[in-house]
Amino acid sequence: MTNNTRISVNVIGAGLAGLSAAKELAERGVYVRLFSVQASERAQSNLAEGGINACLDVMGENDTWIEHYEDTMKGGCYLADPDMVKNLTENAPEVVMEMDRLGVPFHRADGHIIQRNFGGQKKKRTTYAMSSTGKVLVVALIDAVRKYEHSGYVKRYPHHRFEKIIIKNSECVGVQIYDIYTHTRSVFEGPVIIACGGFNGMFPGLTTGTTANTGLAAAELFSQGIEFANLEFIQYHPTTTEITGKRLLISEAARGEGGRLFYIRADGSYCYFMEDKYGERGNLMPRDVISREMAMLGHQVYLNLMELTEDTWTNKLSDLRDEIMHYMSIDPKIQPVPVSPGIHYFMGGIKVDIGHHTNLTGLYAAGECACAYHGANRLGGNSLLGAIYGGQTAARSILADMADSLKNDYALSDGDITDYKYMSDADKKISSVIEHELANGLGIIRNGKSLQRAIDNINNSINNYIQSLDIAGEQQLSDELINRYRFAIAMLTSALERRESRGAHTREDYPDTLEEYRRTSVIKWSGKMFIQE
Amino acid sequence: MKKVLHIRRQKAGSNDAYWEDFIYEYKEADTVATALMTLPVVWEHSCLQKRCGACAVVINGIPRLACDTRLSSLKGQRVVIEPLRKFPVVEDLLVDRSSMMDKLREMELWLNDDAVPDGEKMAFEASKCLQCGLCLEVCPNFYVGGKFGGMAAMAPTARLLNKAPEDQQPELSKIYDQNIYEGCAKSLACRNICPAQIDIENLLVKSAAASIWKIFRKKRKI
Repeated sequence: MTNNTRISVNVIGAGLAGLSAAKELAERGVYVRLFSVQASERAQSNLAEGGINACLDVMGENDTWIEHYEDTMKGGCYLADPDMVKNLTENAPEVVMEMDRLGVPFHRADGHIIQRNFGGQKKKRTTYAMSSTGKVLVVALIDAVRKYEHSGYVKRYPHHRFEKIIIKNSECVGVQIYDIYTHTRSVFEGPVIIACGGFNGMFPGLTTGTTANTGLAAAELFSQGIEFANLEFIQYHPTTTEITGKRLLISEAARGEGGRLFYIRADGSYCYFMEDKYGERGNLMPRDVISREMAMLGHQVYLNLMELTEDTWTNKLSDLRDEIMHYMSIDPKIQPVPVSPGIHYFMGGIKVDIGHHTNLTGLYAAGECACAYHGANRLGGNSLLGAIYGGQTAARSILADMADSLKNDYALSDGDITDYKYMSDADKKISSVIEHELANGLGIIRNGKSLQRAIDNINNSINNYIQSLDIAGEQQLSDELINRYRFAIAMLTSALERRESRGAHTREDYPDTLEEYRRTSVIKWSGKMFIQE
Repeated sequence: MKKVLHIRRQKAGSNDAYWEDFIYEYKEADTVATALMTLPVVWEHSCLQKRCGACAVVINGIPRLACDTRLSSLKGQRVVIEPLRKFPVVEDLLVDRSSMMDKLREMELWLNDDAVPDGEKMAFEASKCLQCGLCLEVCPNFYVGGKFGGMAAMAPTARLLNKAPEDQQPELSKIYDQNIYEGCAKSLACRNICPAQIDIENLLVKSAAASIWKIFRKKRKI
């Protein structure tokens, strides 16, 4: 059915990447089914705070997109694909201006957009709205997509969970979806864009993300043979705090606006350790650098926001102050805020090329679930950009492919529906063991022994579980548990096999960055684990 | 410290509801959401930091976000938790709020053309809306399927009124008049219930000024 406009594209996830892809496709007359477990208002994109990067050169610093490119490459320890980062940074101003045209209330002075400092960047190029930038971007894109919902180009499927892709003749020809309200399964034909977000659900309670993000979609795709890349790179954001059930993010904007990190010496004086070691921009070093320093300090670290001006609190960070006061019972205007690193972002993910194609024809990925722009460490302000631009790019690739290589002439029926078993209560106990071992193995500082121990412990748990159930093999376990098991082993194996330290991956036993490892690590499941050396 | 969570449960919307008690031992910082996470009860949750509006329920008779309600702040040992009442129950505390999104589609709320570089402050305030539905729960004038969209429809409209180009203003004003202004009896029951703490009164006044008395438009023309 080449070039047939009646084909609908299936977009999995209705956060920024999914909304962006849906808008791009609908604008060009392609029908879209937009699947999400919850409404877009509940997506994790809404939690992104500090801003979105683009070289608008509005701050009188002679900024250029090339410097944005260089900062992004350097921040990612030169692991990201240079051509992809070039595309991202060169197109970033257009992405931000498009959001401006959609009515995003970016911070302005005298009618002109103002940008702020952010970590790992030499110039002010982070466009923002208080510390709720993700939220205002999502709202604007929801409105923009609503127009196409009304005209019928976008059909939303809220409360629908992705279960698996359908593969025929080595092509992704559709998806199997589970309706959470009616407990029924359906299949939908057409190419698929995965925009399911990061893998927080593999680390429950330990991330700044949402509980809606279970990691189920990514784990299933891994089991279905989709290649993943750089899974060892997990960003620990330096300024988070534990609240009930999760980690609360204290936006990097707080440091962009002048916040300083310190610990208290035995004599009661403050030690501004980042400034002492890295100079005046020490508080805005990339996140991997600060988190590593904090992990090695052995002191409780605080964020000093007491020197921020009244104008900053009122016009730039009032929402952040409200949040800190509400959840920590601390007024950051007059008290230091205790902070510690927490899992915030997954640089690795589904392996995609410059057009956001995966290794399977008909399957694309964008947003945090895709390994695209951030290399070994993501710069603050690049995730919102990567999500919107990635969604657009995947959509454009589909448009090109529909006119060219995509066959997609498969009509799916109920006969294509296959079973998908969710975890039982007993399975969940084993999953907890996996999660615990995963978190132990993939801390800020890692070593080969602890990674191998985590892998062994997980394997032992699964094997003992299988024996205790007195069943023949893992095929009889739930799909969900098998997938989580394989995906966890994939993450740990990726970390074990990278015998160097780079960005967010710090190995005690291999402290140096090695040129021979300046490459993407690719891992795949096909009956057994294959890691590309 | 213990609380007894008295929860209204329902296997499906068509089944009879029943009440079930769960004893929960809580810590000082625990919220109703923390407790619900441990129970075999169906409910909607996502961010756990009142930025997404998923976990809207009725707690001791008051519509609130579960993640924004500390157990230690609730008087007495018994905590009564019910689903929102204005939306159909799917299961237990999970309700179907899709009628809110349907209403926004029906109102045709989007920008026809490029936004104006103006009105950021009010547009930001309006963008804070979580679409959680708590305001609709307490509104004496709102019912699902009615013409009046409530504050959950007012906020998105207000965002557009502040950002829409000149030639879309008359159309938006009409939408505002018919779906918000004419139905709102100004009880302001929603004022203190909004978890995003939207300055509803100010937003109402400014939006009415823009749509009814065309104040923003005249100002822009100058």
